[in-house]
Amino acid sequence: MKYLVEVKNLKKNYSSKEAVKNISFNIEENEVLGLLGPNGCGKTTTIGMLLGLLKPSAGELKIDNMKFEKNRIEILSKINFISPYIELPKKLTVKQNLIVYGKLYNIKDLKNRIEFLTEKLRLKELLNRITGELSSGQKNRASLAKALINKPKVLFLDEPTASLDPEIGDFVRSFLENYKKENKISILLASHNMNEVSRLCKSVLMMKNGVIIDSGTPSSLIDKHGRKNLEEVFLKLSRGENEFN
Amino acid sequence: MNLIRIYGLFLRHFYLITRSFPRILDLIYWPTIQITLWGFISNFFATYSTYYNNAVGIILTCAILYDFLFRTSIGFNMLFLEEIWSRNFTNLFISPMRISEIIVSLVSTALIRALIGLVPAILLTSPLFGISILNLGFSLFFLFLSLYIFGITLGILVSAGLLRFGPSFENIAWSTMFLIAPFGCIYYPVDILPNFFQKIAFAMPLVYIFEEARMILIDQTVNVKNIYKAFILNLVYLSIAISLFYYSFNQARKKGTLINIGE
Repeated sequence: MKYLVEVKNLKKNYSSKEAVKNISFNIEENEVLGLLGPNGCGKTTTIGMLLGLLKPSAGELKIDNMKFEKNRIEILSKINFISPYIELPKKLTVKQNLIVYGKLYNIKDLKNRIEFLTEKLRLKELLNRITGELSSGQKNRASLAKALINKPKVLFLDEPTASLDPEIGDFVRSFLENYKKENKISILLASHNMNEVSRLCKSVLMMKNGVIIDSGTPSSLIDKHGRKNLEEVFLKLSRGENEFN
Repeated sequence: MNLIRIYGLFLRHFYLITRSFPRILDLIYWPTIQITLWGFISNFFATYSTYYNNAVGIILTCAILYDFLFRTSIGFNMLFLEEIWSRNFTNLFISPMRISEIIVSLVSTALIRALIGLVPAILLTSPLFGISILNLGFSLFFLFLSLYIFGITLGILVSAGLLRFGPSFENIAWSTMFLIAPFGCIYYPVDILPNFFQKIAFAMPLVYIFEEARMILIDQTVNVKNIYKAFILNLVYLSIAISLFYYSFNQARKKGTLINIGE
């Protein structure tokens, strides 16, 4: 079994506060792993370390079999990220943004890549529009195009469908399902939308107070905790009903 | 170092500037106002001061040189702040750009920004005040180069502060040049300063650059030593600034500032 992401005993301390405490997990090739937990549980810190924005206090982090700290630039060229909390430069057109990011990722056949992504993400008509003037759904698709510009092997998604209407949300989820199938990429999905997690993720990690408190497939977690759906499991675990051991 | 990535970041700011007429106007507006104002002051001093009597345009020439320094430094900071304001910081730092590539790209973009602002203002000085900065001769190139290096050094230092401390450091970004100006002896000779201030002034390249400019315009002599000293000091400060930028980046990764700035 090939792991594209390997996390071993990862820790992150901010002075006296331990944000992430000794977590370990792997993501297989062509797997979508869900990362769930209440706000402040350490999800963003974990993703920050996986993106190289944060330096781990301890532990080992490998992506595509390369140690992160020693191969930061090479790894960054193989991964990408989308979050509603970060944006593309607002004053540039969608096309200009894609050209800029294509250059930053040193994409060889950029014209064709942009054409492919804009076709798949229904962005053709929006290419010459100013990014800041787009609706949230359109901005989301433009950000997704940027996140896929480098054909990432690993994609990190932080609430990718937050603030989208159900139709666009469904479009994005379907797109991700198909794209993953066709390109065999690994995805780490942090989301508060439990239906989305159930639909997309093969397995799920539940985090609380910086530790992984449970993991498994969505259906196995539902069975294990005797709940009707993943949302109820999430509520049970995040409220601290101590039944998961 | 990858030239395509450097070009990519340059392109991001090039698109930004060329898309917006108000942005271009803003780049030209302040240098023009500044130089026009100093042009009239310069005319007044040239008429009524014996010191400046034989060297019409000393103040104006120094004002142009100082403005070039100011625009280069602010230009570098502006490019960095632009990423923070547009919430694009995370996208930039998760791309495979090396720190050296970010610096080189912003340094070259800052030069273009400074020139867009200054060239029209410099062109105005001749018909308005009968003064040409080209009177400095071949040394002008070295003076500009020295100012450019010091400008980007200040820009890198302030950006290092932004990286390490986040947007709260923004106010410092605007005030750096004003803090340094009194010691730079831009409009007056270094002898005017009290002894202690002179020691500070001599530790910075600015005093050698502006003393040299005045020497060329007043005495029509070139003192290569001044240019040489300015370059040596520039190299020292630039090395410190780049090291500090790397240090700040590593500290920001440890403290989590990169995540907080980005969102």
